[in-house]
Amino acid sequence: MNDPTPVTGPADRARPLTANPGPADRIFLAWARGSGALVLLVMLAVGGYLAVRASDALSTAGWSFLTTEDWNPDGGRGQFGIAAVLTGTVLIGGIAVVLAVPLALGSALYISEYAPRRIKRLLVGLVDLMAAVPSVVYGLWGFVLLQYELAGAARWLATWFGWFPPFRMVGVDVDDPLNPPVVYTASSLMAGIVVAFMITPIMCSIMREVFDQAPPGEREGAYALGSTRWGMIRSVVLPFGRGGIIGGTMLGLGRALGETISVYLILSMQFEIKLQILQTGGSAVAPMIALRYGDSSPFAISALMAAGLTLFLLTLVVNFAAAAVVARSRSGASS
Amino acid sequence: MTTTTPAVAAPATTVVARPVAPPAEPPRRRTGGRRAADHWALWGSAAGALALTTLVFQRIAPLSGAIGFVLCVWLSFLGLYALVSREEGAMAVRDRLASVVVHSIAVLLLAVLVWIVLYVFWQGRSALAHLNFFTEDLSAAGPADPLDHGGALHAIVGTLTQILIALTITIPLGLSCAVFLGEVPGRFSRLVRTLVEAMTALPSILAGLFIYAVVVIGLGRSKSGLAAGVALSVMMLPILIRAADVVLRLVPASLKEASYALGAGRWRTVWTVTLPSARSGLATAVILAAARGIGETSPVLLCSGYTKILNLDPFGSPQASLPLMAFTLVKFPSQLHAARAFGAAAVLLGLVLLLFLLARTVGGRGPGELTRRQQDRRATRSLEDLRRMRRPEPTSTGPTTFDENQNQNQNQNRTNPPGGSPC
Repeated sequence: MNDPTPVTGPADRARPLTANPGPADRIFLAWARGSGALVLLVMLAVGGYLAVRASDALSTAGWSFLTTEDWNPDGGRGQFGIAAVLTGTVLIGGIAVVLAVPLALGSALYISEYAPRRIKRLLVGLVDLMAAVPSVVYGLWGFVLLQYELAGAARWLATWFGWFPPFRMVGVDVDDPLNPPVVYTASSLMAGIVVAFMITPIMCSIMREVFDQAPPGEREGAYALGSTRWGMIRSVVLPFGRGGIIGGTMLGLGRALGETISVYLILSMQFEIKLQILQTGGSAVAPMIALRYGDSSPFAISALMAAGLTLFLLTLVVNFAAAAVVARSRSGASS
Repeated sequence: MTTTTPAVAAPATTVVARPVAPPAEPPRRRTGGRRAADHWALWGSAAGALALTTLVFQRIAPLSGAIGFVLCVWLSFLGLYALVSREEGAMAVRDRLASVVVHSIAVLLLAVLVWIVLYVFWQGRSALAHLNFFTEDLSAAGPADPLDHGGALHAIVGTLTQILIALTITIPLGLSCAVFLGEVPGRFSRLVRTLVEAMTALPSILAGLFIYAVVVIGLGRSKSGLAAGVALSVMMLPILIRAADVVLRLVPASLKEASYALGAGRWRTVWTVTLPSARSGLATAVILAAARGIGETSPVLLCSGYTKILNLDPFGSPQASLPLMAFTLVKFPSQLHAARAFGAAAVLLGLVLLLFLLARTVGGRGPGELTRRQQDRRATRSLEDLRRMRRPEPTSTGPTTFDENQNQNQNQNRTNPPGGSPC
């Protein structure tokens, strides 16, 4: 008798969840979007303006810009190029990264795995502080003190490992005991060492953050299977943190490539491709800009802009690669 | 046997058995820690390495040099320690060697940090000892003048002016952009975030070159502290935005949802919930960005240029800064100017340390986490709320004036749900 068919009302439909924002919210949204757009504009303007100003020099120089070693923009086509400075930049960055990776890896492992719990926070603070020390302080330290302290070590390397091409000295008799230590200073190696100490803290803090996130279950599993602490690190922490290690290293490389002031102070600039890292003289893009920005002619400035654009693109590529590696790793982008 | 136990006399009665004293627990084994033999192995190897190296350096081989000595001690220590640990198996040897290597790397890094900081203060001590270093500029003092002439006042003033200009631009813009990234998700904000992250490592010289090209070459204005401040803010913006974005993302969604559920709009939620809960982290982000900006030399070198004269006007003429002063003076072949350079670097380092300590005291707390004083204040406020909300007994209020009654009624009406019965 009772008809069980339910009463059919109007069909249920998903109600729209967006409400009409009031005037305050509309102003807020416009403000937020506007500030985002402004920041985007500034960031694009840096690259865009460099590119526009550089076009003059680039169109004059053509491909010779990439192959010329000398830097004499007023000499015209074929007289200026980034072959030497770019090689020098990559060389110094490479030295810095090679030295900084073991330092950063070791100290990150110490802080995350070995340090007593009490001092861990203090150590993290110290590493962060080291990252905040201005580059001119590192530069002063390297310029006045470190390169003379290490000149003896450089001489030793040149004497015993001179057969290894980067350690060869050209035009200097390494066996002459009367050589002043000055021939071993102001070299790419010294600049690289100082830059290495500058980039170690940032690499260390990225690696430590990733190591700290290694899952405790897996750590305990490794211990339960009889692993030593180092065995646990090798089988759990390092594989887990591989993305962080690679990403942190590349971020450090990006920093090293753009380092200006400490390299300017230490390196004596020579516009030729120089692969002998122990010998005085070398070159890099960023110090060259600081050295030559006072050049009067507009064309010389345009050439500098072209060099700056190259540096910009190089650091951008390195950074994007680093971000991609970190984001793809198991630990993910932590910060 | 005069006293028979009840259990025997009346077996029908059940007596709860007295709990047997639990067997004495075996003493806990220490799972970690070191045995005496470990200590002997460690210190014995260290002493052996030291002795061996001293012997080699002084008697056997014509070696010299402090760096070489330390390196040889370290290597022979590794060798001896591995030999001593060998009886415990290859795995233990590897574990111990790795532990030694990791420890020594950490010590090396910390030693370098301490060395740098102390060295700068030590070298700058002769300049810092003179009070005129903080009260005079360098216009009257040449490279040969003694340290009681001239000082770094122009650089200190320049640094403070420029960082103030940079912060005035960076803080509002950077925080708004960070709020935008967190609160207005979408394709556009993803693009902005990607670009900002990529620009975090923008070489500071390029920020300087950009502003130099726009302001000095493009607009034909003279170099000035303003240009340097703008260049610093271009460099600091991505750093601040990224740090603030990370902090804002840590604000628990439940807080924001609670605010939305109470009917607040987006603006009100951001202003009263998101930003206050992240206040400590945001302050840290700002301070750390300022610490980065304060030490940058190359943007100031390009956009402002060095001058020896105290310049209070950031708009029309060159203005020095502390890092630029250190950078410029250290290249002079004069010991006195080198001391002044280190003095400037020491003042700069002191400022950075100060900012850093400030960041550590302000920050380090998660969103919504309160200090002791904030907790106290909040407890007092909620006690007050409780007193206000507690229904006053009409009889016990005694001789209250009409106004007070009115007030209490209003309060009750406000705190009661609208459906509740007003008394």
